Amino acid sequence: MKNENEKKWSTIIRPKTQLIDINLYEIWEYKDLVMIFVRRDIVSMNKQTVLGPLWFFLGPLFTVFTYVLVFSEIANISTDNIPAPLFYLGGTILWNYFSACFNGTSSTFLTNASIFGKVYFPRLVVPISLIISNLIKFFIQLLLFLLFWSYYYLNGLIKPNSLILSLPLLILLMGGIALGIGILISALTTKYRDLTYFISFGITLLMYATPVIYPMDSIPNKFRWLLEINPIAPIIETFRFGFTGSGSFSYISLLYSFIFMVIILFFFFFFFNKTEKTFMDTV
Amino acid sequence: MTVVLKVEKISKQYRLGEVSRKSFIEDVKKIWYKILKKDNPFLNIGEENDKSKISDCNYVWSLRDISFELNKGDVLGVIGLNGAGKSTLLKILSRVTAPTLGSIKANGRIASLLEVGTGFHPELTGKENIFLNGAILGMKKNEINEKLNEIVEFAGIEKYIDTPVKRYSSGMYVRLAFAVAAHLESDILIVDEVLAVGDADFQKKCLGKLKEISNENGRTILFVSHNIAAIQQLCNKGILLENGKLIFSGDIKEVVSHYTESHKIETQTKLSEIIKRSGTKELVFTDFFLIDTNSNEKLLFIVSGQDVTFRFILNKCSKETFKSVFFGIGINDNYENRIIHLDNDLIGVNFENINNIEYVDFIVPNLSLVEGFYSLAIICKVNLEISDWIQLGVGFEVQNGDYYKTGKSIDKTAGKVYLPFNIKLKTNEI
Repeated sequence: MKNENEKKWSTIIRPKTQLIDINLYEIWEYKDLVMIFVRRDIVSMNKQTVLGPLWFFLGPLFTVFTYVLVFSEIANISTDNIPAPLFYLGGTILWNYFSACFNGTSSTFLTNASIFGKVYFPRLVVPISLIISNLIKFFIQLLLFLLFWSYYYLNGLIKPNSLILSLPLLILLMGGIALGIGILISALTTKYRDLTYFISFGITLLMYATPVIYPMDSIPNKFRWLLEINPIAPIIETFRFGFTGSGSFSYISLLYSFIFMVIILFFFFFFFNKTEKTFMDTV
Repeated sequence: MTVVLKVEKISKQYRLGEVSRKSFIEDVKKIWYKILKKDNPFLNIGEENDKSKISDCNYVWSLRDISFELNKGDVLGVIGLNGAGKSTLLKILSRVTAPTLGSIKANGRIASLLEVGTGFHPELTGKENIFLNGAILGMKKNEINEKLNEIVEFAGIEKYIDTPVKRYSSGMYVRLAFAVAAHLESDILIVDEVLAVGDADFQKKCLGKLKEISNENGRTILFVSHNIAAIQQLCNKGILLENGKLIFSGDIKEVVSHYTESHKIETQTKLSEIIKRSGTKELVFTDFFLIDTNSNEKLLFIVSGQDVTFRFILNKCSKETFKSVFFGIGINDNYENRIIHLDNDLIGVNFENINNIEYVDFIVPNLSLVEGFYSLAIICKVNLEISDWIQLGVGFEVQNGDYYKTGKSIDKTAGKVYLPFNIKLKTNEI
């Protein structure tokens, strides 16, 4: 065994790795698994229901109906000259996408402990497929939104502008931030569960700090900073501004969201790496 | 010979006790030492993984400095008592958890079968689950497509392939799961105790499949099982673990005999160490052996239908001559049900005026117990008074054997004992 050292090993298992060591090629190798996970999520979502995929539409419709009734009709919160159903629908489907991604990824390690404990595959496959299946769900719901939108557009009630084209960027930002924070929390909760208590109420709190059910303009100035530090707020505002022409939009706040995503993703890779290898011992 | 797997000084440390504020403080300390670039202080402590000793050290080495090499086509049996570190080793090899120290180098795809049916989704159909499970184990979609028919046939569930697996019987579930894993194309396959599920027929089928994988396809297999017979049948190399250390490695026959030797010493020390016993202690049991009546060799376990001798070593603690002695044993099954009672009175044997005693043998021809674990209750009386009575003492294992000399055996769920019998059919002739 003279050439032992030069011999190329295809797999090396070591206790510690570099700070950031994500094998993208390996994930690509497992693309079939990603697709199967996505399929599983989508298919199992509506199994044993009579209405099947119709629930993708009925869910947000019920929410919007409630919002219109409570916030618009009863509480009289302004919808910034946008027809109330359209206003809430846009906010709801975007927010749902974010919160579904966040909730899913934040429990990656805990809910998949039984699989992770028995077999190896790149752990990133799970959050990635989760983001994709939620993206598909989002696109289905976007169709519903576009239906409403074109109705109001043809009636001349809204004035869309070219910022509509920023939609892919907005989706990327939403997904990236949800993935980053979600995994961060997931990694931090494998050993110490304290943070899990924070999540469910934190996400509700975050929704109220995001202009989902009210327009950004209606916020009094002394609370405005709360929305300005929230990286989700500019995404929803930009979406609304692009599709309906009313609301506020600034490149700076969108840039802030972008930088936030980059930083959080950096932390994400770091923590994911660290947790991936040993979480089975502590979960 | 090409080396496909090289394990170098693998160690794994675990922390005992609860995850709490105390462990949090230790974690913070570890990070602090890391920032100061000092060595991790907790790596220097930790002791051998001996579960019987209570210690105030919170860290144990579940594995310590394990090294071995495997060539292409080797089938390695990993042997050890419960808690020796076998499963931890397999977990590290299958990359479920990382080692604390050391490294493993491998050539080729490693697939692990630590559990059957990992990731099965109850709502999906059998076919969908084949794809899901296959992909989790690392197969590509077209690979699975190619083998789909073979898998379905091996599992024997053609009829149910489009039914959600939550409607499957547990047997069908397990068969399907093993079928997927067995058809996995990997260079190194890690198998942990999966044969413990399913009925005897299916176990035989699984073992046959594993044999085929290693013989015909030249793949390397690591196999953990408590079933020594299966290991002997399948493996050519073996390693023996004890308390997280590798104490013996080499040819499977040597390893197994080393294991049975060391295992015997373990049972040897047990009988005399049992504290829960009653009686006058004039005559006491000190040791217990299982012996093959024909070859006079000590046994680790019994096989149904074997001629076996239960030998109890005795110690006479009084100098008097005993007027009469009585010996009795009771055999309990795993659920503490008394199955069998034997004593010398029953067969009209009397021991009178006894002076020196070495041991007593209960000689049982053609053992009629089915496979399983049994425990022994033993009693001896001196002059009609109880001298030593151990209600929950040593145990022994019976493995499936050929009681009727027909190659057939009773499944342990179907019956508890074998009986010699005959069967006749009367037909009406018109």
